[in-house]
Formats: sequence, structure tokens, C-alpha cells
Amino acid sequence: MDSALLVHRLHFAFTVTYHYLFPQLTMGLAPLILILKTLAIRKNDERYDRAARFWAKIFGINFVIGVVTGIPMEFQFGTNWSYFSRFAGGVIGQTLAMEGCFAFFLESTFLGLFLYGEKRLSKTMHWFTALMVFLGSWLSGYFIVATDAWMQNPVGYERGADGSLQLTSFWQLVLNPWAWLQYAHNMSGSVITGGFVMAAVGSFYLLSRKHVDQGQIFVRVGVIAALIFSVLQLFPTGDWAGRMVAEKQPVTLAAMEAVWETSPGAPLVILGQPDVAQQKIDNAIVIPKMLSFLTWRRWNAEVKGLNQVPKEDWPDNVPLLYYAYHIMVGLGTIFIAVSAVAAFLLWRDKLYQARWILWVLLLMFPFPYIANTAGWITAEIGRQPWLVYGLLRTADGYSKMVSAGNGWFSLLGFMGMYTVLSLLFVFLVRREIEHGPEPEPDPALPKIKAGSVASAEVR
Amino acid sequence: MATIWFMIVAVMVAMYVLFDGFDLGAGALHLIIAKTDEERRTVLRAIGPVWDGNEVWLLAAGGTLYFAFPLLYASSFSGFYLPLMMVLWLLMLRAIGIEFRSHIGDPMSKSFFDVIFSVASILLAIFFGAALGNVVRGVPLNPNHYFFEPLWTNWRVGEQNGILDWYTVICGVVALVTLTLHGSLYLATKTEGDLNLRARKAASVLWPVEMLLTIVSFVATVLVVPHVLENYSKWPIGYLVPVVVFASLGYMSYAHNKGNDKGAFLASCGYIVGMLVGAAFALYPNVLPASTGPEYSLTIFNTAAGSHGLGVGFVWWTLGMLLAIGYFVFIYRMFRGKVKLEEGSDHGY
Repeated sequence: MDSALLVHRLHFAFTVTYHYLFPQLTMGLAPLILILKTLAIRKNDERYDRAARFWAKIFGINFVIGVVTGIPMEFQFGTNWSYFSRFAGGVIGQTLAMEGCFAFFLESTFLGLFLYGEKRLSKTMHWFTALMVFLGSWLSGYFIVATDAWMQNPVGYERGADGSLQLTSFWQLVLNPWAWLQYAHNMSGSVITGGFVMAAVGSFYLLSRKHVDQGQIFVRVGVIAALIFSVLQLFPTGDWAGRMVAEKQPVTLAAMEAVWETSPGAPLVILGQPDVAQQKIDNAIVIPKMLSFLTWRRWNAEVKGLNQVPKEDWPDNVPLLYYAYHIMVGLGTIFIAVSAVAAFLLWRDKLYQARWILWVLLLMFPFPYIANTAGWITAEIGRQPWLVYGLLRTADGYSKMVSAGNGWFSLLGFMGMYTVLSLLFVFLVRREIEHGPEPEPDPALPKIKAGSVASAEVR
Repeated sequence: MATIWFMIVAVMVAMYVLFDGFDLGAGALHLIIAKTDEERRTVLRAIGPVWDGNEVWLLAAGGTLYFAFPLLYASSFSGFYLPLMMVLWLLMLRAIGIEFRSHIGDPMSKSFFDVIFSVASILLAIFFGAALGNVVRGVPLNPNHYFFEPLWTNWRVGEQNGILDWYTVICGVVALVTLTLHGSLYLATKTEGDLNLRARKAASVLWPVEMLLTIVSFVATVLVVPHVLENYSKWPIGYLVPVVVFASLGYMSYAHNKGNDKGAFLASCGYIVGMLVGAAFALYPNVLPASTGPEYSLTIFNTAAGSHGLGVGFVWWTLGMLLAIGYFVFIYRMFRGKVKLEEGSDHGY
């Protein structure tokens, strides 16, 4: 691979992978915080207010890093991928600019009010700011997913005189079927992260016997959210996504599943290492005919193999694609199992005492991040060698004027910068978790607002 | 339609400079005029609830530029690769400096975050000025509409220039002084006591510097790019621009001496808008002139997106801006008035 192409790909891959660690928690926590705020009002129970306030702090730290690592993404379309931007900007400029105009203003305004305005606002108004923060972050997600979906499945465009693409239908772009399905799958994935993170912090408190009342709320809300969305992640959203790939990008599906030859009654590979040179899978464990059934709902349906297209049209990293996909699916299955067991114990009132499952929940928190990352690697490596599927190859999309040397300069700079951000993030979040939610207000001092006592301590 | 979008992008850039300008300026002054921890918290409180929203104007302007003039976005962002990467890093450092200062209690880390915040603000102001200088001066575009500028070459204005030469350095200094003055006037409206006095003092010191630099930058621009005056002779209404610039400067001094901080701040807004409109007016219909020959220049016509897209965009852009203005009015009203530290200790700063 051309070394400039390589560095520009690494540049985007590194910055976007790192960036997405943060928005997935932002988008996952936002609805959960809204639920806590709703419970506080519905049940008139200040414990939920304290829970919401604790998570708002984590949310705030996470949000800042999400914003500062998100700005480089918008810039990189121009700095590192300028041939792509010139080619496709007439279409996807729409969704990217709409994100700025609709989602960013909304988020930045209401996040400030939500984090710092609780005393100035009525209970209902503060609930409303939480709702707007939730809507803003989810709207932002839609515009980004719609942009990626257009690259996966270009619609609503025509070729202009200079060869660049121009929009012909706004609604086709915004209502791209790929966008809706990918969005459902992606957002469900982010709530899984939110749910498991919340449950992990709650388990930590229960296991260490600190902040027990809050820990129980976190575990309960987290486990229920994790169960609901882990199930939705597999069915229907995962199933939709898989069948859409089979229909629109059959080569990608073949590479994900390592199907070398087009064949009827294709087996589903559960485990095994693909060997691209010899076109086989080592140590394979398979379920016969399962892939045909899952894809086309018929046991003997034909599944297209990689041999249908010349090798230069294959995704350029079949093993990585295969592993990313299998890691995503494998972890997704584990999430359903763990959250189902925890939810069952919750239902039987045994969860808070069952230390073994609390340990499992605590240790679970990195895995939704891994699964979400693996999912995006599947989508993006799966689209290769195309940048815009069928229209523009990745090798033709980068900034030809920016040399490999300049690319490495900024890539290394970002690596250094993100190392600092990671240390800072871990340090700050650990501090908040260590400090914990505010203690229960002392009934002897009924008239002092819970918030002011605790935060006076903090500052 | 392309002309409308040219104006829209210019307005959004101006909004960004007006809004984020005062918090950049406040950052530049942070170490100098705020001495105690309490004063520093007051400065941060004065910009705290709004700086993030202000910065969104940069993102929204960038997004709109991408959407309306894809080729301009592609060409300029890759050509200004190195300074843009540094701008990104500075924006990150600055955000960290503002947002995480309050999370860590000890005085040593606080002063560390203060320095980061202030230095990043100063450098950003200089970078933005130099960037505008590059656009006015022109860049070495090739026949394929692309270019790449190193950070500097021989510091001279010529065909193969770098980002920095003597002209763009002047532009950077003008931007730094302008935004620092803008920030000092903003802080004067938001603070009381010693801090207020020092903010006002800073404004008094900076005003004559700004006056001088304005004249220097006008002369330098005419020397470096003589054809900037073409549009002015074509449409003489353009001569209103320097009138607005100097009238704003005059009123700024008058209001400042009268103790009318709000009036002075508004005059500073007028000055900034005047300077930016002057540059946009001189450029039109170019958006990125070529130092390699006018036939390679990027204009609104050879960079604009298709007409269907621009038309559709106008509908949602109008809607989006109405909403954004609504939010801004709401949040500035909510946090209006002087900053008082004791109220609302739940605030992060």
C-alpha cells in the first residue's frame, strides 16, 4: 500500500476509534439519566435525584472528551481525505452541516443548563434539559450514521459535470434505509455500554459495601437496560443489519463469514482462524447450513462467496474483518446471557446479595466498548476497498498533497495528545467514583438542600 | 445562490469570531488580570456557561463551508494541514484547561490548567489571524485546485509562500490584540471590583495599539495585494467598511472613557464585523485567491455544491439558525449580569 494512503487510513482509524469510546457512553447514559430524573419526579424520591446528579458528573467529563476528540473528525474530511470531500461533499456535506446546525447548538446549550442550572430551574424544567440533552446527542448520532450509511449505500445523487457527486434527493439521503437500520443497531449498542457501565459502578459499590442504596439503583437500572438492549441488539436490529449487508454488499458478508466459494447450504463458522492464502479455516467449529438460514431463511439457500469477484475487489483485510465481526457477535451473545441471569436474580430479589454475579457485572464493563468498536470495524473494513461503495475507492480518496511525513507528524501528535486525555479521563472518573454519590441527607437537618451540602464539600 | 451562501458562511465566521473571540480574549488575559484563585474562577465563570456554545459556531461554520463549497473545504483544509492540526490540539488543550480545572482541587494543578488555558487561547487567536491573512494574501494553488503550504519558507510574500510570512504574522498580531481587547471589554461587563478595574485598564492600554495596528494592517494589505481595492472601486458602497471600522474604534474609546462597558463591547463587535466584512468584500467572488496566477483561484462559482443541494440547504439552515438564536438568547439571558461566585456553588467553576 502507498505509504501516504496507509498513514491517512491509520490517522482516521485511530482518531475515530478513540473518539467513539466517548460518544457511545454519552448516548448510552443520556436516556438512563433521563430515566433516573423521571423516576425522581414520578416517585417523588430524592434518591433518584442524587443518582442522576452522580451520573451527570461522569457524563460531563465524558462529554467534554467526546467533544474535543470529535472536532478533529470533522476537520479530517478536509485535511486527510480532501479528494473524497471534493467528490462527495455535495451530498454528505448536507448531513454533516445539519449536525452542526441542529444537534451541536442544542447539545451545548442544554448540557450547560443541565449540568449547572439545577438550582436555577424548576424540577420540571431541569427534567426538560435532560430530555433535550438526550435528544441532542441522539440526533447528532443520526446525522453521523446517515453520513456513514450513504458511504455504504449511496442514494439520492447524480454525477456533476466535473465528476463530483451532487444531491438530487434530500429525503433519500436522510431516509436511506441503511441509515435507519444501522442507527437502530448502533444506538442500541450504545445503551448496552451505558447499562453495563452503570451496573459495573453499582456492583463496585455493593461489593465494597459503600453507598449501598445508590449502588442498588445503579445495578437495577443498568441491568434492566443492558438486558433489553442486548436482546434488541441481536434481534431485530442485528438481524436487519446482517440481511442488509447480504443484499447490498454480498462480498462483505462473504469476507465476514470467510465464505470462500459460493455454495448452497453454507455453514455458520463459530470459531476458527481464516487462512486467506489457502482459502480455508483452521480449527473450525461450524453449525451446518446455519448461515444460509440466517441470511435467507432457507436451509439450502445459496450464499455468495468471495470467489464471485476478483481479488482486488475483496475487502483488503479479510482476517481483521472476520475477527471483528466474530468478536462483536460473540460478545453480544455473552451480554444477553449475563444480563439475563442478573435480571432473573433481580426478579427473585437475590441480585444484591449474589456477590459472584456482581463481580461478573463489575468485570463486564470494558466488553461493550470492545463490541461496539468491533462493530464499527466490521462496517468500515467491510466496505473496503471502497470509500463510497461502488463509486470511489479508498486509494483515490485521500489528500494527495499531504505527504506521508506530514501525516505521521500529526498522527503521532494525536497519539500523544490522546494518551494525555486518557490519563486525565481515568484519573477524573476514578475520583468521582471514589468520592461517590452524595450521602443521604441527614433527617435532622430537613431544610438544607442536599445538593449544596455535598457540593460545598467537593469544591 | 452561491453568492447567498458566500454571505451565509461569512456571517457564520463572523458570529464565531464575535462569540468565541471574547472567550479567547478573556483566556489571553487570564494570567495577567486575574491574580487570585477567586478572580480566576470569576473569569472562568464569566465564559464558562457559554464558551462551548460559542465554539459550536466554528463547527457549524466549518460544516456549512463543507456543504456549500466542497472543493474550497477540500482544498483549503488539506493545504493548511499543519496549522489546522495544531489548531485542533490547541482547542483540545484549551477545553481541558477550562473544564477540568475545577475537578482538581490543589492550587498547583489549578495554576497548571490556567497556564494551558491562557497559552492555548493566545496561540489560537494568532493562528486564526494568520489564517485570515493567508486567505487574503493567496496561496500557491496548482491547476488541479490543490496546494500545500509548509509552516514557513523564507518569511517573504512571494509565489511559494509558507503559512507564516511577515504579512500573515502582522495579521496574527492584529487578531491577538483585537480579540484580547474584545475579551477585556467583555470581562469588564461581567465583573466587579479589582478584576473589573484591571480589565478596564487592559482595554485602555490595548486601544491605542489596536488603532495603530488597524492602520498598519490596511497599509500592509494594500501593499501585498494591490487588487484588494478593485471591488471597492467597482462598488463604492464598500468604502463604508473603513468608515464603520474607525467609527467603531472611536465610539469604543468614547464609551470606555464614559464607563459604558456594554457600549464599548458592542463597539468592539462592530469593529470586528467591519474588519471581516472588509476582507470578505475585497475577496468576492474569490474565496481562496491563487498566488500562482488568478486563473487558478478558487471562486464561489468553481467551488459551490450543486444548486439542488444549496436550495434544500437553505430551508434547513434557516430553521436551524432560528433555533440556535433562540437557544443563545435563552442562555445569555439566563446567565446575564455580573458574575457572583457565592451564588450556586453547584457551578463547576
